[in-house]
Formats: sequence, C-alpha cells, structure tokens
Amino acid sequence: MSSTPNPVWSNRAIKWVDRRMPIFTLMYNELVVYPAPRNLNYWWNFGSLAGIALVILIFSGIFLAMYYVPHEDMAFASIERIMRDVNYGWLIRFIHMNTVSLFFLCVYIHIFRGMYYGSYKAPRELLWGIGVIIYLVMVGTAFLGYVLPWGQMSFWAATVITSLVTPIPWVGEDLAIWLWGGFGVNNATLQRFFSLHYLFPMVIFALVFLHLWALHTTKSNNPLGVEVKKKADTLPFHPYYTMKDAFGLGVALIALAFFVFFAPNYFNHAINYVQADPMVTPEHIVPEWYFLPFYAILRAVPDKLGGVVLMFLSIAIWLALPWLDTSKVRSGRFRPLFKWFFWLLVIDFCILTWLGAMPAEGAYVTMGQWATAYYFAHFILILPLLGWFEKTKPVPESISAAVTAGHDKEAAA
Amino acid sequence: MKTLIRISTAAALAAGLSLGGTAAQAAGGHGGPELMHPSWSFEGIYGRYNEDQLKRGWEVYAQVCASCHPLDYMHYRNLEGLGYTEDEVKEIAAQFEVRDGPDEWGEMFTRPATPPDAFAEPYENDALAKLANGGVVPPNLSVMTRARDGGADYVYSLMLGYEGGVPEWVHEEDPDFALPPGKSFNAYFPGYAISMPEQLFEGAVTYSDGTEATPEQMAKDVTAFLQWAAEPELEDRKELGRYTLLFLIVFTGVLYAYKREIWKDAH
Ligand code: HEC
Ligand code: HEM
Repeated sequence: MSSTPNPVWSNRAIKWVDRRMPIFTLMYNELVVYPAPRNLNYWWNFGSLAGIALVILIFSGIFLAMYYVPHEDMAFASIERIMRDVNYGWLIRFIHMNTVSLFFLCVYIHIFRGMYYGSYKAPRELLWGIGVIIYLVMVGTAFLGYVLPWGQMSFWAATVITSLVTPIPWVGEDLAIWLWGGFGVNNATLQRFFSLHYLFPMVIFALVFLHLWALHTTKSNNPLGVEVKKKADTLPFHPYYTMKDAFGLGVALIALAFFVFFAPNYFNHAINYVQADPMVTPEHIVPEWYFLPFYAILRAVPDKLGGVVLMFLSIAIWLALPWLDTSKVRSGRFRPLFKWFFWLLVIDFCILTWLGAMPAEGAYVTMGQWATAYYFAHFILILPLLGWFEKTKPVPESISAAVTAGHDKEAAA
Repeated sequence: MKTLIRISTAAALAAGLSLGGTAAQAAGGHGGPELMHPSWSFEGIYGRYNEDQLKRGWEVYAQVCASCHPLDYMHYRNLEGLGYTEDEVKEIAAQFEVRDGPDEWGEMFTRPATPPDAFAEPYENDALAKLANGGVVPPNLSVMTRARDGGADYVYSLMLGYEGGVPEWVHEEDPDFALPPGKSFNAYFPGYAISMPEQLFEGAVTYSDGTEATPEQMAKDVTAFLQWAAEPELEDRKELGRYTLLFLIVFTGVLYAYKREIWKDAH
C-alpha cells in the first residue's frame, strides 16, 4: 500500500539526519500518511489508549521510584512520605495507581474487540500473539507493582501467588524458595520484585513496537473484516485517526481524572493501608479487579496444581485462537450465530470477574466451575464447530463499496 | 455517537463490576448494625475541611488518644494545616517530649519537641504498648480512615459503638458469644470484642472554643481530624481536580468538534 512517494524535507537539520537514518521518513510514512481503513469505529481507539496509558505509567513510575524505598521496614513509610511530603507526590502516586485500571480496561476492550471482529485471523496471527504476550507481561508487572507498597494485601497476594508454584511436582518447593530468596515472602522478595517491576514495563514497551511493526505490515482489520483493496478504502492516519484518537484520549482522561482527584482509592483495598504483617492473615485475600476472572478460574479447580494449569491455559488459549476459529468469515458482523456466542463469552467473563471477588464457598464454587467450563467450551468446542455449521451473511465486496452503499453507516461514525 | 454510548456503557459496566467486588469485601463476613453516616464537610467534589472542627479534633486526639495511639509519618509542623500559626505550633510542640541523642556524653535524653520533629510515640516499643493494652498494640491513627472500609463513618461509629453489656441481637446472631475478660463490647468492631475501652465520655475533653464536649461532638471532631491526618492533600486534590476536569471537558468538546469537522467529508 505504501505507494506514497517519500517526503521531501525542507528543514536542513531534518534533511541531514534523514539522509543518514530515515527516521523522519519512517515517522511520516507510519504516522502521517499511513493508510488506515476508512471505516474504523470507536472500538479501534483502545489500542492507542492502552499505549498512552503505558507511557503515563512509565513516567509516573519513574518519579515514584525516586522516592520509593524497596525495603520491608521502609517501603510502606516511603509511600506515605511520597503522599505527604513530596511535592505533588500524592498526584503522581494516584495517577500511577489509577492508570493501571485504565490500562487494563483498555486492553480488555482491545482484546474483546479483536475477538468480535476476527482480528486474529490470517494474516494477523503474529500481531495477535504478540498482543497476548504483552497482556501476560502486563499481568506480571501489575502483580509485582501491587506488592511494592508493602501493605497487608501486597504481602498476602505475594504469598498466595508465589506459592502457586509449590504444587509443581519435584521442584515446586525449591522453586518457591528460589523465587522468594528465603523461606517465605521477605525483604529479598520485595527487592527483586521492585527490580523486575522496573524492568517489565520496558519489555512491554519493546513488545509494543513489535506489535506495531506487525500491525503496519498487515494493516488494520476493520469492522467489515474485508481487506483493504484500493486507495478509496482508506484514509491517511493523519489527520483522520490522530484526531479521532485525540478525542478518545480526552474522554479517557476525563474518566481517569475523576478517579485520581475524587475517588483515588476506589480500586484499592482499604486493608492495603495497613502495613504488611506476616503474623496476621487478612480475612479475605482478594486480587485487584483486573485479575478476578482468572482468580475465579484458579479457584474453580479443587486441585491446586490443576487450578494453576487451568488459569495459565485460560490465557494461553488465546494464542491458539487463529486456529480454533474455523470460520472463513472474519467479522462477527456477518456471523449471526457467532455474535450470540461472543456476547455469551463476555457475560461469562463478567460472571467470572464477579465470582473472583466472592469467597470460595457454597454455591459460588459450583458457579465458578460452570463459568470456567463454559469459558473453555467457547474456545475448544463452540468456535471450531461454528465454523462448520454457521450460515454466514454475504460479505461486501470492499470497504468503499459498503460505505457508499450506506451499508456501513455506523462504522464510519 | 451511538458507539460512544456503547463504549461508556462498557466502561460503566466494568466499573460496576469492580464496585460489586468492593461492596462484597465491605460486607465481608461480620454482621452488626450499619455504619452511622453523619454529614462530613469534606465529602463531595467541593469538600473542604472545617478548621475549627479540625482544631477541636486535634484537642480530642491530644487529650485522649495520644496516650495510646501514635500518628506516624506526621510532624508537628503539619499542624499548621489546621490553621494554627507558626508560633502556636511551636507552643503546641513544646508541650510534648521527644527522645533525642546521643549527646556528647553518649547519653540519650528527652527534650521538648519542635515543629520539625515527628509526633512523639506513646510507647517506647511494641512490647510496652502490648503490656499496657491487654496484649494488643494500639494501631497508628494517621492512615486509619484510609485503612478501614467505611473510612470516616467507620471511625465515627466505632467511637460511639460501645455498649455496657452484650446486647440481645448478638446472641441471636451467635448464641455462644461471650465477651473475653479485659475486652469491651463494640457493635461496629469486627467480632465485637475490642481491646480499646470506651473513650469518649461526656466532657472527656475541654474544648478551647467552649463547644460542649458531648460524645457525638468529640467523635465527629476527632474523626474529621483523623481524616485530615490521613488525607492532608484532600483540599488541594479536589480543587486541582475541579479545574482539571473542567479543562478536560471543554478541551475534549473542542476535540470532538474538530474531529467532526475533519471527518465531515470522509463519510
Ligand atoms: C487506653 C489506650 C487507648 C486510648 C486512650 C485510645 N485507644 Fe484506640 N485503640 C486502643 C487499642 C488497644 C486498640 C486495638 C483494639 C483491638 O484491636 O482490639 C485501639 C484501636 C483503635 C482503632 C482501630 C479499630 C480497628 O478497626 O482496628 C481506632 C480507630 C481507635 N482506636 C481510635 C481511637 C481514638 C479516636 C481515640 C481517642 C478518642 C482512641 N482510640 C483512644 C487503645 C486506645
Ligand atoms: C506496565 C506498566 C506498569 C504497571 C501495570 C504498573 C503497576 C503498578 C501497580 C499495580 C502498583 C501498586 C499501586 C499501589 O497500590 O500503590 C505499582 C506501584 C509502583 N510502581 Fe508501577 N506499574 C507500571 C510501570 C511502572 C514503571 C515504569 C515504574 C518505574 C520504575 C513503576 C514504579 C512503581 C513504584 C515505585 C511503585 C510503588 C509506589 C506505589 O505503590 O504507588 N511502575 N505499579
């Protein structure tokens, strides 16, 4: 597609650099004239939003790290010092804390968007797979970060999650001791968690570049799921999508600011403002909201090792999605049955989220097992079978044909 | 626009879900009556502290709670945030003794506190604190309203939640309930048996502004003070928040108009 001629730079400094390393040409081609399908809807905003959330996290995190002390006796107090004595420290910390929720919300919407519109299908398998890996590293980063303030929930979440390795046959116990750097979560654990919490976001950042590289090679999917065929199917990224993304960013920042300034601890657990105490186990150990669905899957299995494996598989299975979905049609818009099952999966995911916050007892356990079973059934039974049985609707000839036919009014909104 | 509405519904749904989670935690296990909810001046997006109330609350803390509970992470200089002048803070600080040293003879000594000093600790160490309080260390109060579900409402209710004996409804909940020796009954404390005896009796403090020291008055004042101790940034935060939100809403409106202008011909 990139048949646009390379730009001619008039600024001499830019010209000088560009001739030796065409970074400005690259940016021009990838961010300005980059041909994006003309019919992307607002669900396509969440990728760039997630990227901005990542940048906000990295910036606020670097400032937090200037005052944070990764030591079991000082970590909790150092956070209080940031909140009380560092100029605008409370602001930086609340931005960091709440942007995590924004980040996960964006990424979840981004992932489910991909599932609905079949964005994982050929030739975008690698693009999708890199995304799944990014999500996995995010999970790790957020878990590590949550341990840093060294409150009660930090400590006990760290204990619960790290002991997940203990049921691994033969090496489990030793592995746990190796992870902890001791015989339980201790100062060494906190220090290595801080080190890794600083490292992982950089890894995510690098992965995001691979993700974008793959994206700009295959180009964006779109609500119709038909490939871009001619120039009339596209719009230059700038100003069309830069403006649309900017507007979406504005909306997201309003939501973020609301929480940062008026309900900064809304997503936090009150008990995490009690300093970690290895002698006192909290009544309920509940992870952050964004981990709840997977926590529910973990607890659905009576066997500890089985639970761990299943939890891991519940994300890893996304990697196999391009091959599990046997339908030739990409977008859910032309798949009348799939549409239903997609929304059932979303509901199932929400139920799992809710169950993750409930105590693992009585009816909750049974519900958790059914919801987990359905989750896996969606991927390994329903999706493969749908491809065979479903009678799909006719797919339009091209994007521009659909747009001019008014077929796709909403998509171009 | 339709899509926008759908997106916000999705966001609201996600928020609602996590709310469900938080509520479930708050409900976590223990019964007891619902928390009392007096009206707080610091609530809402225009919330502010009331300096007179904070000063009274400080008097309650200093005259009653300070003998058992520390205010970690805070310094006497912070009291200027209550509206005291620099000189008043110096005077207040001088009423407390802090440990310092070693001096040139290698000895630790005590001296009157100065504004940069951290608040004096009530006990030299946890063992002493436990010894004096039936085996429990009185917790730090400077993050208390952040550290309990229910926040200020919880602290307020707790201060007023004492009963002379064990009320009937507890036995209906748990026929075997018995108050261990040395503990007091408090309707709002998880498990009802608390190691802190009732504190706020009629006239327990003498307010310097002449306000009558009823238990409700003292509970409200000391809770407001503790809320301030936990969130000294609250007023700045809300003010900055109002400007930021206003700016973002206007700016996003402009972006939307501009976006429509650009997209006008692309449809
Ligand atoms: C005689 C010592 C003493 C005094 C004075 C005292 N407390 Fe306490 N307080 C305690 C002890 C001991 C505990 C721990 C109770 C427990 O865990 O059973 C406690 C616990 C608390 C708690 C935490 C309850 C919870 O949910 O864990 C709050 C809040 C509290 N006190 C507030 C106050 C306030 C406000 C004052 C002053 C009006 C005050 N206390 C005065 C000894 C004291
Ligand atoms: C992928 C991006 C990131 C995610 C998902 C993330 C997540 C988190 C989370 C969940 C917390 C706990 C918040 C709390 O309860 O207080 C936290 C704290 C922290 N993070 Fe990050 N973080 C990210 C990037 C970074 C970066 C790049 C740094 C820079 C070194 C950083 C430094 C810190 C520090 C110092 C804390 C402890 C202070 C605090 O608890 O507020 N983070 N992070």
